[in-house]
Parts: sequence; C-alpha cells; structure tokens
Amino acid sequence: MDQPIIRIQNLRKSFGTLTVIDGLDFDVMKGEKLALIGPSGSGKTTILRILMTLEDISGGRIEVCGEPLYHMTRNGAEVSADEAHLHRMRRHIGMVFQHFNLFPHKSVLQNITMAPILTKGEKRPDAERRARELLDMVGLADKADYMPSQLSGGQKQRVAIARALALQPQIMLFDEVTSALDPELVEEVLEVMQRLARETDMTMLLVTHEMGFAHDFADRVLFFDKGRIVEQGPPDQIFTAPQEDRTKSFLRKIIAAGQRV
Amino acid sequence: MGDWSGYLTLIFQGAWTTIQLTLMGSALALVMAFLAGLGRLSRHAVLRWLATVYIEFFRGTSIFVQLFWIYFVLPMTGLWAPTPMQAGVLALGLNVGAYGAEVVRGAILAVPRDQTEACIAVNLTRFQRMRHVILPQALPLMLPTFGNNAIELLKATAVVSLISLADMTFQAQIVRSQTGNTLLPFITILVLYFAMSSAISFGMRRLERRVTRGLDGVR
Ligand SMILES: Nc1ncnc2c1ncn2[C@@H]1O[C@H](COP(=O)(O)OP(=O)(O)O)[C@@H](O)[C@H]1O
Ligand SMILES: [Mg+2]
Repeated sequence: MDQPIIRIQNLRKSFGTLTVIDGLDFDVMKGEKLALIGPSGSGKTTILRILMTLEDISGGRIEVCGEPLYHMTRNGAEVSADEAHLHRMRRHIGMVFQHFNLFPHKSVLQNITMAPILTKGEKRPDAERRARELLDMVGLADKADYMPSQLSGGQKQRVAIARALALQPQIMLFDEVTSALDPELVEEVLEVMQRLARETDMTMLLVTHEMGFAHDFADRVLFFDKGRIVEQGPPDQIFTAPQEDRTKSFLRKIIAAGQRV
Repeated sequence: MGDWSGYLTLIFQGAWTTIQLTLMGSALALVMAFLAGLGRLSRHAVLRWLATVYIEFFRGTSIFVQLFWIYFVLPMTGLWAPTPMQAGVLALGLNVGAYGAEVVRGAILAVPRDQTEACIAVNLTRFQRMRHVILPQALPLMLPTFGNNAIELLKATAVVSLISLADMTFQAQIVRSQTGNTLLPFITILVLYFAMSSAISFGMRRLERRVTRGLDGVR
C-alpha cells in the first residue's frame, strides 16, 4: 500500500451549536478495509456522510484520490468546491445506507442500471449485462424484474450493494447496513460483504455494531467516542487487548449484550 | 318553444367553447404549475421570488378581476389585444396554475430526503435527480389534487360570459331570454357540466392508476 486514498486533516463538523467532530485526523490506504465502531452518537455516520458529500464540513480538509474533496483551485487560489467539482469527486465513492434507499418506482434491474447509463453513458445492453452479473454475485439473479416493494429487507440491501458496485467506485462506504434488518436476514448481507472484502481491492469503510463481523472484515478498527478516535489498531488488538478504558467499557457492554467480538 | 332543437344546438356550441376553454386553460395551468412550483424550490433567489410573486398575486385576486385586466386593460397598453378566447384561457390558466404550483411544490417536498441522498450517492446531477427520481414519485401525489383543480377550472369557465364569450352558461342565458323558459336550458347545462366534470374525474382516476402501478406498498 502506497499513497493514502483518503486523507482527513483536522476535520470539524457542527450542527448549529452542537460540535460533532472536532479536529479529526486519519488516513485510509488504498484497498484497506476499515471498521468504525463506537457508541451511538459518536459521529461515525456523520464521517461517512461527509465523505459521500451528503453533509458540508465546518472546517479542515479532506483529500480523496489525491484531490481535495471540499476544495478546488481557481485562478491559483484554493476555494470551496462547487457542484461540478463535487460531481467529479463522487465518481470515486459509493455508499450503502442503513435503510437501503432503493428507488421504489424502478425495478431491481433499473435501480442498478440507471446511474451507469445516466452518469457514465453506458449502453443499456452493457449496463444490463453487468447488472445481471452483479445480481448473480449477490444471489438475486432471479429477482431482476421485481419491484423493490416485493423484496425482503435482506434482498433490498443486497440490491443496494449491487447498485453501488455498478458504478465501480474505488471507495465504498457502508453505514450500519444490517441494523434495519430482521436478525435472520443479517447473515445473507454480511456474507456478500465478506466476499467483497476478500475478492476486491476496493477501499471499504464500514460503520457497524456487529463486532464479530468487524473483527473478520477489517484490516484496522477505529474506536470512536464523541467525534474523536480513542483507539485504533488491528482487530485482534482492539477486540482482545484494548488499551483505553473507554474501549474496554464499550466492549464489555457489547459482550454483556450477548454479542460475539 | 317550437324550435327547441335550434336552441339545443346553440347550447351545444356553447358547450364546445366551454370544453375548449377547459382543455386549453388546464394545459396552461399545468405548465404554470410546474414552472412556478419548481421555481419556488429553485436555488436561485430571483426565480424563487418571481414564482412567489406570481403565486401570491393570482391566488390573492379574483379571477373575475384578472379576466377584466387581461381583456380590457392589457389592450390599452398597446402591447396586445387578446381575443375573448385568448383572454379566457390566459385568466383561467394563470389563476388555476397558481394553485397548482403549491401542489407541485408540496408533492416534491413530500418525497423523502432519502431519495435525494441515494441519487447523490450514485452521482446523478441535479437535473437527473429531479427528472428520474423525484418527479416520478411526486407525480402520483399531485394527480388527485390536479383533478380537483381541473374541475374547479371547468366551473370557473362561466366567468368568460362576462366578456361576451359564448360559453355554455352564456348560451343558456340567451336561450332563456329568447324563450322565457328558464328550466329547460339550465337543466341542460347542469347535466352537461356534470358530464364534463365526471369525464375529468374518470380520466384522472385512470391516469392515477397508471402512474402508481408498481409503487404500491411503498407509501
Ligand atoms: N442533521 C443533524 N442535525 C443535528 N444533529 C445531528 C444531525 N446529524 C447528526 N447529528 C448529531 O450528531 C451526533 C453524531 O451523530 P452520528 O454521526 O449519527 O453518530 P453515530 O453514527 O456514531 O451514531 C449525534 O449527537 C447526532 O444527534
Ligand atoms: Mg450511525
């Protein structure tokens, strides 16, 4: 791994008077699988949303693929990014949401082909062929012509993953992608993601409450509290030999709640 | 009362004028509703302001006054002297369009924010988001109210008899004054108005069923 694909420097984010992230720094290497864990409200979702340009930043700097995300150069000076710049940068990044956010008026196949056709000018037959390959990969080859409302939660989430993959982003963001699912549907989604992690060199950032999965999935785990990284390291270290008291007490609670770590 | 079929023909001619006014007025209202409704949601302050002024003005003054201004005052400026039909379509379309604009705006805002975020995540442009994701989901929400608006417009067409445009109501008055019979002409137009509004309701319901197909179970 050479250059970091994501650089976050002194990032700040407030909602009104509430400061959620205050001076955050971290890098992500190309191909790295990162798990972001921590108590609810610690700012994990906000970080992913900022990377997907769904939230503005209040200060600091982010670089993605060597280019500033929220800044651009105009007449030799660095200014705030405009919509065209953000549009260009978004090609590098895809996101899967907790509540799937499929397009309810489009079939499964159209959900996947729409963006490649509209944003990359792919020909419909090519886009459809790739969409079917992706559906096959997530185990839904027979559901191409279904409407989203006809699918289970786990199936919807697998379609959402295929939709994000269809654009072939270098970076994928997963925000609690199984926490809206019935327990018996969680496994089918995790399986797909585990396979992606193993078989692709995509950079992945995963926010999750599934500690066991984070352990298997990640190269590095970041433990967040109150918008800061309290502790980070390889999963074995964070889950079996945490150094910080806050990490320990967080993991104790998780284990007390009956989860495998 | 001997030549009732002649009088009936008169009323049918008026009915045709009423239908034309309704169709053309609705078409203009639809265009204005989308222009002003999208204008209200624009990122550009000037467009938002223009749309707001249009909506407030045409909702805040009566269609009767608007028609008089278009037909009698506008020609005085020397710019354009509309025919009675043009003035009628303009007044009806602009008036009902102002109400429709709020329907368009409300329906667009009712599409969950999630959908916009999904669009951003798959990198659609602002225009593509509106065209391919937001509007197709907002349209089914607009249709029932659009149907009501079209019926309101149909009922408002009678106002054009005030500028001597021979619509259905105008013709009924003519028949009444020539025959002294009130009941027959007014029963005839009652039935005709009702038939027209039923046709609108029926058409809108069919359209609704078509655009909501596949969306069942999502809201
Ligand atoms: N749009 C918003 N407006 C106001 N506060 C917000 C908004 N989004 C998130 N927050 C707040 O920011 C904090 C961090 O939230 P979040 O990033 O969702 O945490 P996590 O994903 O770690 O649970 C929380 O206190 C939350 O209430
Ligand atoms: Mg969260």
